[in-house]
Amino acid sequence: MLVATAIAIAKMDRLFAVVMLSGVFSLLAALLFVNMDAVDVAFTEAAVGAGISTVLMLGTIALTSRVEKPSTQSPLIPLAACIVTGAALIYGTLDMPNFGDPNAPVHTHVGPEYLENSQHEIGVPNVVTAILASYRGYDTLGETAVVFTAGIGVLLLISGLRRRRDPDEEEDT
Amino acid sequence: MRHHLILRVIVKLLVSTMILYALYVQFHGDYSPGGGFQAGVIMAVAFIIYGIVFGLRKVHAVLPPWLVHKLVALGVLVYGGTGVVNMLQGYEFLNYGSLTPHHPEHGQHWGILAVEAGVGITVTGVMIAIYYAFAARPPRMSDEEW
Repeated sequence: MLVATAIAIAKMDRLFAVVMLSGVFSLLAALLFVNMDAVDVAFTEAAVGAGISTVLMLGTIALTSRVEKPSTQSPLIPLAACIVTGAALIYGTLDMPNFGDPNAPVHTHVGPEYLENSQHEIGVPNVVTAILASYRGYDTLGETAVVFTAGIGVLLLISGLRRRRDPDEEEDT
Repeated sequence: MRHHLILRVIVKLLVSTMILYALYVQFHGDYSPGGGFQAGVIMAVAFIIYGIVFGLRKVHAVLPPWLVHKLVALGVLVYGGTGVVNMLQGYEFLNYGSLTPHHPEHGQHWGILAVEAGVGITVTGVMIAIYYAFAARPPRMSDEEW
């Protein structure tokens, strides 16, 4: 179903439908994550991928145009790039351990330590939260700073200081 | 904005539920999936959907843009400030055990709560600010064109 949605996205030229389908794509991906027991990731995918980015894309469409421009270039070069990248990725997965393999490097390094110790060191039942906010607190601080920087960047690019002060006046003009 | 009667009634009902759910995801993140990022997004969506249906002017009355821009910075400050408080108490940066020295586990709880709140505030602020920035520009097309 993911593949079918992706093909439909590529074939459509009405951008409204494309945005809606990419929301569907995100929801399907979230289902996939739930199947693999990664509930936190699935939650994020559903909230961010299907929720907020759909709204932001709709906002962009409202500002620009709702029909895709016909492409003038030959599709061969992008197609070749996609095939080469995809083949490289699939080749890379051949060496990866099977899903759920207890001897995989992910499960033998720091993972067990976190699982064993987080209950009495942190005392938080959700290990994902314990790792994110406590063991990896620096990383999460960095992520927050990235979100902050991204927000500031978009504000500077789109709104501009003058517009930010007085949005109602801008609406009337 | 007198049209879309069904939409307006449903949004009125849903917005409060969404904010409540966002708070649940925020503060229940210790026990169930979720945390600052997801809660921030859900919180922002509540305001954005209100803005879409009732117009930018109304949502600006609830949450003025200057406040949103302050929120963006406040979240990072809360996060970093937690770390600084830990340092002032003689522990490492972001070592929440310092908050209740006789019982480090409780300190971890408080610390996680504080930094998740910081993350949530920043994400909410950024998402709403981006939406404001988009919506404040005059749209090129009317409702019927969709």
